[in-house]
Amino acid sequence: MLTNEQIKNKLIEKFGDVLTDFSEPYGMLTFEAPKDLNLKVMQFLYDDAELGFQFLTDLQAVHYPHDKGRELAVVYHLHNLKDNVRIRFKVFTSIEQPDVFTATKLYEAANWMERETYDFFGVNFIGHPNLKRVLNVDEMDYFPMRKEFPLEDQTRVDKDDEMFGRGGSFN
Amino acid sequence: MSEQVNTAQQFPGQVHDLPGGGIVLSKLDDVINWARSNSLWPLTFATSCCGIEMMATASAKYDFSRFGFEVARATPRQADVIIIAGTIVNKMAPVLKRLYDQMADPKYVIAMGACAISGGPFFYNTYSVVKGADHVIPVDVYVAGCPPRPEALLHALISLQEKIKMGMTREQIRTGKE
Repeated sequence: MLTNEQIKNKLIEKFGDVLTDFSEPYGMLTFEAPKDLNLKVMQFLYDDAELGFQFLTDLQAVHYPHDKGRELAVVYHLHNLKDNVRIRFKVFTSIEQPDVFTATKLYEAANWMERETYDFFGVNFIGHPNLKRVLNVDEMDYFPMRKEFPLEDQTRVDKDDEMFGRGGSFN
Repeated sequence: MSEQVNTAQQFPGQVHDLPGGGIVLSKLDDVINWARSNSLWPLTFATSCCGIEMMATASAKYDFSRFGFEVARATPRQADVIIIAGTIVNKMAPVLKRLYDQMADPKYVIAMGACAISGGPFFYNTYSVVKGADHVIPVDVYVAGCPPRPEALLHALISLQEKIKMGMTREQIRTGKE
């Protein structure tokens, strides 16, 4: 049976201290990798006989507008179907040059997921066979899930913050 | 409030019974509209939760074939009325327009639910939703609700029938002017 400790030790043995921020929120091993190593890390997790993370559960991005130089995080969720173990790792990239290597050569499932991530966050997946919008209209000229677009119209007066648990007398 | 009258069986004209037969007096336009209104085939077009209510309206408990909405067709070529049951997003808008264009004349449109009327809960703060299907195609009957109950959809369908009999649908007005 594969434990988080074993996975972590194997990764550190292979990659040394370039992998950082190991943590286990809700028991799921999570770490950060340098963005130019994302394919090497995934290839190792995929190929290693004991690790065998051969299923890409999900792939998405997060926008941290105040984290200069590393505004966009791409998050990979991998699954070892044999031992039923899941892990998660992130790579960070600047928003001025959001280039990340594509995972499509390793996981077929990454194709549409990377298109979706490009569609909403503008992450440029280098080497993707067909990187164009998948859900929004092709004419759209912005990336709607980035945080420069406010969640709600700031000019609205009909929604009382107090009724939505964010401010007012409930704080 | 005026009482609702079921006009489905009422013949639009005069019927004089005579021994051995009878004489019918009417206008051909009225007879055609009467016939058309009692045999409207809807297009299966459901883009979100309103579609579930439309399915309920079509199935045994509410059964809209009682009113002549006999069979939902899966192709616009055989459909008379398109019930827009759900949210129309920007990417769906050209598809909706194309389906409408492919329907054979005469054709009618019902906007079912808040999303199809105005964008509904997506009216504010959206990057993808069309704020009312009438930005894309002309709508004859609007049904309020989120989603509307099957009774509301039935009422809308019957209202559409009345509208057709009066010759007041968007298409009838447009072709009448030409």
